[in-house]
Amino acid sequence: MAPHDLRRPFKRAAISDQQRRRDLTLQRQAQGRRDAQQQARCLASTVLSLQSQSTQPEYEPDIELEPESLPDLLPEQEESGASSKDLDVRHASKLKGAEARKWFARQLMLPEWMIDVPDCLAQDWYVFARPAGKRCFVVSSNGTTVSRQRNGSILHRFPSALPNGAKTRDVSGPSQSYSILDCIFHEPDQTYYVIDMVCWRGYSLYDCTAEFRFFWLNSKLGETGACSPPSFYHKYRFSTVPIYNCDQSGLSSAYTGALPYVKDGLLFYNKHAHYQTGNTPLALVWKDENCSQYVIDTDSKGQVPSQQQVVLELQDDGKLITSDDPPVVFGCLDLDFIQKEIFYVLLLVMEVEFVDGKLEKVDLHYLGKVNRARAFPDSYSKMLEALILYEKKGKKKLTTGGIQISYAICFFEHAFSLV
Amino acid sequence: MAMEVTQVLLNAQSIDGNVRKHAEESLKQFQEQNLSSFLLSLSSELANDEKPVDSRKLAGLILKNALDAKEQHRKLELVQRWLSLDNNVKSQIKACLLKTLSSPVVDARSTASQVIAKIAGIELPQKQWPELIVSLLSNIHQLPSHVKQATLETLGYLCEEVSPDVIDQDQVNKILTAVVQGMNASEGNNDVRLAATRALYNALGFAQANFSNDMERDYIMRVVCEATLSPEVKIRQAAFECLVSISSSYYEKLTPYIQDIFSITAKAVREDEEPVALQAIEFWSSICDEEIEILEEYGDDFTGDSDIPCFYFIKQALPALVPMLLETLLKQEEDQDQDEGAWNIAMAGGTCLGLVARTVGDDIVPLVMPFIEENITKPDWRQREAATYAFGSILEGPSPDKLIPIVNVALNFMLSALTKDPNNHVKDTTAWTLGRIFEFLHGSTIDAPIITQANCQQIITVLLQSMKDAPNVAEKACGALYFLAQGYEVVGPSSPLTPYFQEIVQALLTVTHREDAGESRLRTAAYETLNEVVRCSTDETAPMVLQLVPVIMMELHKTLEGQKLSSDERERQSELQGLLCGCLQVIIQKLGSSEPTKYVFMQYADQIMGLFLRVFACRSATVHEEAMLAIGALAYATGLDFAKYMPEFYKYLEMGLQNFEEYQVCAVTVGVVGDICRALEDKILPYCDGIMTQLLKDLSSNQLHRSVKPPIFSSFGDIALAIGENFEKYLMYAMPMLQSAAELSAHTAGADDEMTEYTNSLRNGILEAYSGILQGFKNSPKTQLLIPYAPHILQFLDSIYMEKDMDDLVMKTAIGVLGDLADTLGSNAGSLIQQSLSSKDFLNECLSSEDHMIKESAEWAKLAISRAISI
Repeated sequence: MAPHDLRRPFKRAAISDQQRRRDLTLQRQAQGRRDAQQQARCLASTVLSLQSQSTQPEYEPDIELEPESLPDLLPEQEESGASSKDLDVRHASKLKGAEARKWFARQLMLPEWMIDVPDCLAQDWYVFARPAGKRCFVVSSNGTTVSRQRNGSILHRFPSALPNGAKTRDVSGPSQSYSILDCIFHEPDQTYYVIDMVCWRGYSLYDCTAEFRFFWLNSKLGETGACSPPSFYHKYRFSTVPIYNCDQSGLSSAYTGALPYVKDGLLFYNKHAHYQTGNTPLALVWKDENCSQYVIDTDSKGQVPSQQQVVLELQDDGKLITSDDPPVVFGCLDLDFIQKEIFYVLLLVMEVEFVDGKLEKVDLHYLGKVNRARAFPDSYSKMLEALILYEKKGKKKLTTGGIQISYAICFFEHAFSLV
Repeated sequence: MAMEVTQVLLNAQSIDGNVRKHAEESLKQFQEQNLSSFLLSLSSELANDEKPVDSRKLAGLILKNALDAKEQHRKLELVQRWLSLDNNVKSQIKACLLKTLSSPVVDARSTASQVIAKIAGIELPQKQWPELIVSLLSNIHQLPSHVKQATLETLGYLCEEVSPDVIDQDQVNKILTAVVQGMNASEGNNDVRLAATRALYNALGFAQANFSNDMERDYIMRVVCEATLSPEVKIRQAAFECLVSISSSYYEKLTPYIQDIFSITAKAVREDEEPVALQAIEFWSSICDEEIEILEEYGDDFTGDSDIPCFYFIKQALPALVPMLLETLLKQEEDQDQDEGAWNIAMAGGTCLGLVARTVGDDIVPLVMPFIEENITKPDWRQREAATYAFGSILEGPSPDKLIPIVNVALNFMLSALTKDPNNHVKDTTAWTLGRIFEFLHGSTIDAPIITQANCQQIITVLLQSMKDAPNVAEKACGALYFLAQGYEVVGPSSPLTPYFQEIVQALLTVTHREDAGESRLRTAAYETLNEVVRCSTDETAPMVLQLVPVIMMELHKTLEGQKLSSDERERQSELQGLLCGCLQVIIQKLGSSEPTKYVFMQYADQIMGLFLRVFACRSATVHEEAMLAIGALAYATGLDFAKYMPEFYKYLEMGLQNFEEYQVCAVTVGVVGDICRALEDKILPYCDGIMTQLLKDLSSNQLHRSVKPPIFSSFGDIALAIGENFEKYLMYAMPMLQSAAELSAHTAGADDEMTEYTNSLRNGILEAYSGILQGFKNSPKTQLLIPYAPHILQFLDSIYMEKDMDDLVMKTAIGVLGDLADTLGSNAGSLIQQSLSSKDFLNECLSSEDHMIKESAEWAKLAISRAISI
């Protein structure tokens, strides 16, 4: 109970300018809200009266206001043009045939290979074991369910318990609503493992975070009965995969935990990332011999051959590119070599030099055309990964570089050694 | 074990860091392993007179910290933890504590008092420990004086911790009796008397009933007044503190005593030691606070139903009070203007004089003028400064009619003193007084301007000149310029400041670069003045404001260059960034408000945004509030183009929304969400999941300051209006939140003014959310999704209408929501609306409102309803 401080403000203005800034901001915001509200209310009357409001004429400045330039103050901002990947899933779900193939070929979110460990892995990422099998989109609408592979070709057409996935009377929701799931079809138990939810009952989850999508997936899929054993109106079982936070225990569960399916590597999803088509660094894949049998090309005896295969895309001008956006160019082929087909398998000889962690000189040998089912070349990160794992097998010591990947490998070795 | 505890507690205070750390760890471990036995051994340590005083004190302190924490969340946890302990353990601890009150060691007693009060604070509201007060009171009568002292101290702490309503009146009476008896002059022991006087300070809040009883009040007041005459200075000080507290808690009961109190305080102000004199002055400042509040609320005409009438104590005391205060002005300290923490009798007296002027208005002027005239030209700087300060103090309160003639005479003198007086204090006070002149007597509301074409040039020249003076003087000169500019805020297309604009801006920028600009808040004052100059600028000077953009950007850029900063440097960097972001915010808002300037400004947008992002990147866990405000302004100015910044900006937006601790930052960020919604419209959609998740988390947090919640609801409306039917997926989360908040805010019976004000802001937020959601879904096939919510919304409107305590803003928003409901749901809600009270009585009341905004909304609602019904 010490004496109480009785100092009062002395020779000070009663209101600080900071408070004034806040207050003026609040006033501006309140005005903005009123204007927006007003506009919305007016729109009603204009719609009713069928009057079109002319937009304000483009303003032309009429006074000389030439600001001084700021040399070297800041790097030029890159012009980021609006991406024209405008998705109309509603439209797409009704596509048929070649059109549908073309559209779906571009719609899957593709992970990059993990070549370094993202910051805040433990807080911001999920991990789960990827089931081995065919990655596909499953679309249920109008009483049927269709699964399409990465290249857009149909894998199965079947009745399912997904919303509007079979011609049953029990329809909860409008019949035109559709759902799209990102799945892996696992042959051994004939099950679709759902790894992501893109649309559900007609509304799109593209613009939702992974956190939300996974939450929705886990709470909604079960409700439909799609996880039940196959039946007349439900030809294939669906299942979710266990998703973990990327902490020590989550990583070890995903890496070593027993699962009902064959594992093919680990998938890492950034919690805050939206569903983005094509390659994205916000989804990552990791494979090593402990969690995948497909990590590196092996021969029939399980030995690593001296050469590894990669798939690159041959462009019209002869450039060989990866699937990355923007693509990485790996040299050029003679123009007379080019044929009308797009995809070629090329042989990557492992005697390459690493300079500053980049593949600089790569000796490429043409091996042949790829299987028609293959729709995409490999990504740059996959090539790097393969290279490092190859090095780990003791085949060849890389002279320089590769630090990031080595770090990633150390990280995993460390993380999993504690299991 | 017991021996070991003593040693560990002593080690925990060792000067050897390693020993200390080890001991702290042992204590922590002990606590984690067995809380009960840990607390028990601490209490027996504290109670044991054979133990060293240092280990006993620390034992008590740890006990206290195990019961209470500053942070609300933690506090509740500790309360629960204590309540769930074994009763037997708790009784043993309490017994130890009570025993300690009889210890001959004063520190042990005092520590135990505080711990007992903390436990009482937890247990008494739960109706536990009912025997505590009885057993404390039994101590008072029989035992040696040191026990009496400790017991009174405990009662004092107890009254601080416990709310008055958990102790019944009978016990309150007994506590007060014990305390007042302890204060009585007949009490021979000074320690007992001091403890009792300090205890009364806290117990005053319990004395409502006793102050309503004339006899009891007379007795208490007599004892307090007698204690102000005690030979012991600490007792006198504590007694005056009680008087100060009584002046605000029991203002309406003071009439019989005010005469005596004036005599006592006047004597103390003139003769007593400074800590006592300061309290005596504070008594009158506090009376001024009360009367200013009453007069502001009711004006001059009191009706029978006003709670507390004004007794005009100040007006009555004026002839004696003013000379007493003027005397104090001459007791300045040499360096008080340079010392931030200074507080002395001259400062307190001058501040009180200013409050008196605000309380009585014109009446003070004739009482102060002779003092000013007599002293303002004296050779002793103290007299000149005191005269100037007296003048500056009475500029707020009296009418302009009374003051302007005097100011017109004094202005030239002031300007010349500011340049020529040899004394720093005099110049400081002169510049401050000029600022007060411009603040209260210059502006569009004043009929006879004191700044004219004839003297404007001179005034500005003098102020700019003063900005080169010592930092404290320069800071006051900036302040004066701030109010000078503010007075020209709404002058039309042309401002009298235009000819000086360039010169003023240049001078202010020069000030910001002074090496000593860190002293006396000078740099801050210079930037704030620059802000006001920009705000009050007109189209004529727009090109010069534009030229300022790259200059301030360059300054901001410079703050980003430092690396590996010490924590001091980091704090300075952050402060400077705050000032610069604040300045840019003001500029953006100014230039963005008119099309021609906005168009030219836009070419800087990318670079400015880049800088703001780098300012954010300087910190790891928090966002810079000023940068956030500035970004809001930028979003408002750039509109749809702001979309390109979102990918980078989003994480900071999220960070701001997560900042529970600095709720201002959170509030500012919520406001920026609205700015961005209006700027981006449906382009904000990709970010809405994240934003909505955060906002919903914020709403369900009990850590977040409640003032942020209404704006969060409003931002739901902003989002819905921006993304339209895409809001569908959030309905299932947002609507229940809105509904439960609506139910909470519908009824306010028994709430005080502050609560009613909050409730109205909450209602407004909820209504703005409904409005935005309804309008957002309009013309969409998903409109039907809202039909189930319509009955509740109408019920909410009806219930706030019936409650009759909404303010104009809520009324306007509410009637708008009625219209939105009709507009969006049309015939689906037609019959529901027709049945509601809102569509009849409420709508009619709004239609006949004086407030044109309410009227406008009501007319629109009427139209929308008639359309909905006719379809």
